Amino acid sequence: MTAPLIEAAGLGKRFSKRLDYAEKAARFLGAKVEERTVHAVDAVDLAIAPGEVVGLVGESGCGKSTLGRMMAGILPKSDGAIRWRGRDVDGLAGDAARDARLKAQMIFQDPFASLNPRKRVRDIIGEAPRVHGLVRRREADGYVQEVMRRVGLDPAYRDRFPHQFSGGQRQRIGIARALAVKPDFLVCDESIAALDVSIQAQILNLFLELRQDLGLTYLFISHDLGVVEHISDRVVIMYLGRVVETAATAELFDRPLHPYTVALLNEVPRLSNRKRKFETIKGEIPSPLHPPSGCHFHPRCPMATDRCRSERPALRPVAPGHQAACHLI
Amino acid sequence: MTAPTLSVENLQTHFFTKAGVVRAVDGVSFRVDRGEVLGLVGESGSGKSITGFSILGLVDPPGRVVGGRILFQGEDLAALPAERLRQLRGNRIAMIFQDPMMTLNPVLRVETQMVETIQAHERVSRAEAVARCRDALGRVGIPSPEERLKAYPHQFSGGMRQRVAIAIALLHKPDLIIADEPTTALDVTIQAQILAQVQTLCRETGTALIWVSHDLAVVAALADRICVMYAGKVVETGTVDEVIDRPAHPYTIGLIGSVPGDRPRGANLFQIPGMAPSPLSLPEGCAFRPRCGHASEACLAAPETTSQGDRAFRCFHPQLGAQA
Repeated sequence: MTAPLIEAAGLGKRFSKRLDYAEKAARFLGAKVEERTVHAVDAVDLAIAPGEVVGLVGESGCGKSTLGRMMAGILPKSDGAIRWRGRDVDGLAGDAARDARLKAQMIFQDPFASLNPRKRVRDIIGEAPRVHGLVRRREADGYVQEVMRRVGLDPAYRDRFPHQFSGGQRQRIGIARALAVKPDFLVCDESIAALDVSIQAQILNLFLELRQDLGLTYLFISHDLGVVEHISDRVVIMYLGRVVETAATAELFDRPLHPYTVALLNEVPRLSNRKRKFETIKGEIPSPLHPPSGCHFHPRCPMATDRCRSERPALRPVAPGHQAACHLI
Repeated sequence: MTAPTLSVENLQTHFFTKAGVVRAVDGVSFRVDRGEVLGLVGESGSGKSITGFSILGLVDPPGRVVGGRILFQGEDLAALPAERLRQLRGNRIAMIFQDPMMTLNPVLRVETQMVETIQAHERVSRAEAVARCRDALGRVGIPSPEERLKAYPHQFSGGMRQRVAIAIALLHKPDLIIADEPTTALDVTIQAQILAQVQTLCRETGTALIWVSHDLAVVAALADRICVMYAGKVVETGTVDEVIDRPAHPYTIGLIGSVPGDRPRGANLFQIPGMAPSPLSLPEGCAFRPRCGHASEACLAAPETTSQGDRAFRCFHPQLGAQA
């Protein structure tokens, strides 16, 4: 296996709510008040090879966006390390640190909220490369046009504002903005969820095309398994802050092992699957404020044993290239 | 053949804006029988939601139902006085909206809202109403309904809230439910739970259901028949198997081709060129013409609906069974 482009090792993120004065006073008087902490991402290991497309799947609240944001470098981590081309990002300084930051870019879900409505497209796309000295001021206009053509936008529109574009075109602007700083690694956080089906297909095709032409690496975050199956080389399934299973896409969809993955795959609606009887996993994803003990999935798992209730299963290899975190496999 | 629960004939809902008349729904016809699930599919702006709102008389100015008939068990809803419509709404016809946070009143307990719904249509004692609410919550799979009745909407998760909304819609055992993208905001596992409940309910109570959605895959799994809408018109309709296995309209074919999952992994998805036209300036003739690979001179005139047995489409160049 080639050396990973980016690697998370024991990566974790905790969000805590500080105690307010009343709570501090109550604690001072002997009441049992504790800081409430949400372990959004809990010791996740994830290595992504150059050129690979990794699909990250999970339900809302499972920490997939938080993980993506940490790997894109826009959210500070609480524990663990992120290694960029084998070097710990924390240890980098000067040009190397800037380089690592620029090479990882993010594409957001909402093409309406993620573009500054008061800036023209030429500035939205052109500002970052100019500030970072990737292009000279004189060449900036030509560069913006080139990037716009690359993502399928007409460069004649570069003096327009975001509200003058449709949803699919805005998402293309977001992609152009990320591409403008010549990244190697793109984190796409639900980047097509807000688009209509026919527009989704256009943007997915654009992602595939860019990958081929520019050799990009993706972390593709989505709750839509159909989309992930289509675009990814490898799939990572998260549940309540932890990775429960990861494997090559074909392997995972053909032979899912973790009970959660099995249930999730069963419930994906497909065109070929008509008038089916839905069978459901009971219950909902528990609150991350009070995660269940042991394996996080045990309250909803039909096969849970006493061991699942007490001991956290480790993510371990179960077949070549296939890892799962379950005591029963 | 029995009379359908709902039959919509040539419905036209227009919005009279300063910029011009928007024909949001322009000559839509379909029928739903007892216990049947009809999937109303289309992309944003196709008029699918406005069709649902029109049936219930929920279109606000500047919009107005300007033509057509909406026959619900023989009564024309479009011509009913407001008071009679109020009696039907929430009673015989119920609606489930996309966002349950917007449809539940945030400052009232769930119990208050549910009891209110019952007492708006029936004279029952409060105790009896509460008992029925409790049963309704239990039926949609809410654990410990007795206590949850006392909770406020914000104390429920998204999936639970949608179940409360469904429970409210079911309180009067309606003959028709219109569901407008009710699972779009939910996770897959929760979506499956809700779909399972809706399926069981329709089968057991004979309620007819109109499921408005942009998600072809969900509709394929749930519905008996599909109507595909484009630019305010139904462009194709038929049974799920007919429409998905042998689509006739080029738009339907394109839509099916853009759904990932049933194609080879990594292969390019089919993309419909261009984008949906502005409803203010629809192309002349067939509205899909500028995006269609089969368009010809004939398409400059608006195609009429062609019926073939149980299916119908609006196209001069039907591509029966072709794949994108």
